Amino acid sequence: MGVMIGTIGLVFGQIFNSPMKVFLPFLAAGMILWGFISGLVTEGCDCFISAEGIIKQLPIPLFVHVMRMVWRNLLILAHNIVIFPLVLLAVGRPIGWLALLSIPGLLVVVANLTWVALLLGVLCTRYRDLSQIIASLLQVLYFLTPIIWMPSSLPSRAGKYLLDFNPLYHILSIVRSPLMDQLPTQGDWIVSLGICVVGWTVALVTYGRYKQRIAYWL
Amino acid sequence: MAIVEFSNVSVDFPIYNASGRSLKKSLMRVATGGQLGADEQGRVIVRALENLNFTLQNGDRVGLVGHNGAGKSTLLRLLSGVYQPSIGTARIEGEVGSLLDISLGINGEATGRENIYMRGGLLGLNRGEVTRQLDEIIAFSELGDFIDMPVRTYSTGMHLRLAFSVSTVLRPEILLMDEWLSVGDENFRHKAEARMADIVQSTHILVIASHTRSLIHNTCNRVLWLEHGHLKMDGSPEEVLPAYFGN
Repeated sequence: MGVMIGTIGLVFGQIFNSPMKVFLPFLAAGMILWGFISGLVTEGCDCFISAEGIIKQLPIPLFVHVMRMVWRNLLILAHNIVIFPLVLLAVGRPIGWLALLSIPGLLVVVANLTWVALLLGVLCTRYRDLSQIIASLLQVLYFLTPIIWMPSSLPSRAGKYLLDFNPLYHILSIVRSPLMDQLPTQGDWIVSLGICVVGWTVALVTYGRYKQRIAYWL
Repeated sequence: MAIVEFSNVSVDFPIYNASGRSLKKSLMRVATGGQLGADEQGRVIVRALENLNFTLQNGDRVGLVGHNGAGKSTLLRLLSGVYQPSIGTARIEGEVGSLLDISLGINGEATGRENIYMRGGLLGLNRGEVTRQLDEIIAFSELGDFIDMPVRTYSTGMHLRLAFSVSTVLRPEILLMDEWLSVGDENFRHKAEARMADIVQSTHILVIASHTRSLIHNTCNRVLWLEHGHLKMDGSPEEVLPAYFGN
């Protein structure tokens, strides 16, 4: 991951003509978080399928399998996040107290990703081609969301559509902005929390309705 | 106090082929108004168990007999709570423990000791309970210093001894088994037999699926004979076994 951030940082930094001191930390935070998000979503699709052996033998609450997957990815994130301070050191950029705000941000992100994993886990167990569709969608979102490009390099009209209507941008921002010494906007928080509430409702209703069928679908 | 009560229980398995599992095909079907219909739907329903009615009470030692595919494993999974009946109600009161697959959850990369915690956790023990019984489990498994080696370095016999030692720590009220467990060499087998006898003794209800006549004859006081998902006979071993195995 470190090598990838370095390479993309050099190439895209040149293309967009961004100052390394800002662009590299921005890219590092974005890529690390994206690795976490996409890992959770893709593994969320398989969380019940890969636990087939256990599900068919023991009546453990199925949500345990989602939690196992979330925890595993959090541990991977903890390993990757080490890159970020190294990048800061490399470009000689200080970090402020504001960065602590990314911790509640991360909690909201995890809460959001957990419902996504729960919902996708149920659906992907029934429809086995859905995980491929999700993987392609993630690829598209990766380019639509400012991770390898900075929001400031967009013309203002395109920015409105690409940023304001992209929920992933808001969710990413509540963790990344504090790391970049900026306050997340109020809109970022409202969108992230709103999606969290709506998403959990949908996921819990779906899970409640189909949880008894999951063992049969495996 | 344990009780199992099945009334009109049926289990249907949806069998999906590749197109039945495809979201794309399902959406296409909606879009085309279901015209492509029956053949492409790829949904075949297999009725694994049909209209089962029985009650198991304290002291019942039940043997399940039946040919392959008769529904024995499905019934065991219903009893363990993994499957919910498609039709009817299954009331199961009492703590259920299953010795269906004793190696479940054992990770080859982890050491024997770590695996005891993992397997114990899967069985519903918390960390403290496992720690309390840890020495006894290790002593029973006779693994000695190997307990701190990764399980992948174990021989098959050692692997099974570890799995057996952890799995038989529980004393459930309802015990489910698929064939009798028998592991290890001559010496270990005697210990294992004694422990199995102890578990069977202390459990309130035992359900064991088996193809061995002598085992059911010696262990059970009631036999359920399943055939094609129906309950063909329910009675004492003296009645059912001759009918099933022949004289």
